[in-house]
Amino acid sequence: MLATGIIMFREVLEAALIVSIVMAAAKGVAGRGRWVGYGIALGIVGACLVAAFAGVIAQAVQGRGQELLNAAVLLLAVAMLGWHNVWMSHHGKALAQQMKAIGHDVAVGDKPLSVLMVVVTMAVLREGSEVVLFGYGIYASGAHAISMLTGAVGGLVLGVASGVLLYKGLLRIPTRHLFAVTGWMILLLAAGLAADAAGLLTQAGVLPAIREGIWNTSWLLNEQSLLGRLLHILVGYSQRPSAMQLIFYVAALAIIGGLMWAINRPRPARVAAEEANG
Amino acid sequence: MSHIRLGIIAMLFSLLLVAQAWAAPAPVVRLVIKNQSFEPQTLTLPAGEQIEIMVKNADTFPAEFESADLNREKVIPGGTTLPLYVGPLRPGSYQFFNDFHPSSTGTIVVVPPKQ
Repeated sequence: MLATGIIMFREVLEAALIVSIVMAAAKGVAGRGRWVGYGIALGIVGACLVAAFAGVIAQAVQGRGQELLNAAVLLLAVAMLGWHNVWMSHHGKALAQQMKAIGHDVAVGDKPLSVLMVVVTMAVLREGSEVVLFGYGIYASGAHAISMLTGAVGGLVLGVASGVLLYKGLLRIPTRHLFAVTGWMILLLAAGLAADAAGLLTQAGVLPAIREGIWNTSWLLNEQSLLGRLLHILVGYSQRPSAMQLIFYVAALAIIGGLMWAINRPRPARVAAEEANG
Repeated sequence: MSHIRLGIIAMLFSLLLVAQAWAAPAPVVRLVIKNQSFEPQTLTLPAGEQIEIMVKNADTFPAEFESADLNREKVIPGGTTLPLYVGPLRPGSYQFFNDFHPSSTGTIVVVPPKQ
């Protein structure tokens, strides 16, 4: 029962943390709960479909289907997280001021919210399909079904509770600092997901590792430990990354961070004045 | 200007070398999951080259090959055989397990290549 609970908790944790960061990053935006809800619902439907066709997907492209699908899901999430951060670095300050001025949620249009919905869908789909497969495995192996089910539900509840805890914690940050914090969290999250995608493409033999294990910090922080798992999800900690993973990590940081900086950079007064007049 | 061009040529050439090394067919080893345990429980692999591990799940329900040491994670649905690539690895011992049944474990022992 305990083992089942731990496995379930681990699978749910990643999706729960990503959803809570996304919810916090959209604080004060009217309709965010609805869009995140759509994302979770779509993700669950997608997870069931992926699990139902797991055999077909896995055997596609000479047995590389699973990695290719997961890498595509991860890279799509990275692109959407990056888009969100770039959008926020353009509109964030005005949004925070507006929220303060009118004292209630601000309508921003559907575009930024649909981007967050895609992120939530991808997170739930990826982790959810493993949850469904694992649950099916328990059911099919027929071992102590009731005890296993109790463990699984316990793990699920604990995973969701961790997400809620992170969300509540983030909301305690004053609004003027919150978007800076969620911006950094999303930047590091996106870089970590990009490194995960590189790992999957290497596992599929599509990309070379260049070099496996450019360092090994398992003695310092084991990735299987709770803290190791948390840091893997939040900032992409890996105890033994390949050179290719490091390249993806740094490239995601540089591209998203660079675009954020380029957009947020104070513009020369003359250009701003011309734009205001024109 | 000319050393920029030289640099680009050198870069393309090294990319070609990487692509070559990677395109060479990797040696294949086999691993079977049966009654929720790995057979064999110890795989011996040569260091310094990419290896394809063919994992066959002989059970009827899904398993997940996972290894933090190797940075690998792959669901193997019941009754399927799927490849996964590891390496080039340095000599040493690497643990793996079935994430859906964590008491099933195995070890990959990487040995220096024979001269």
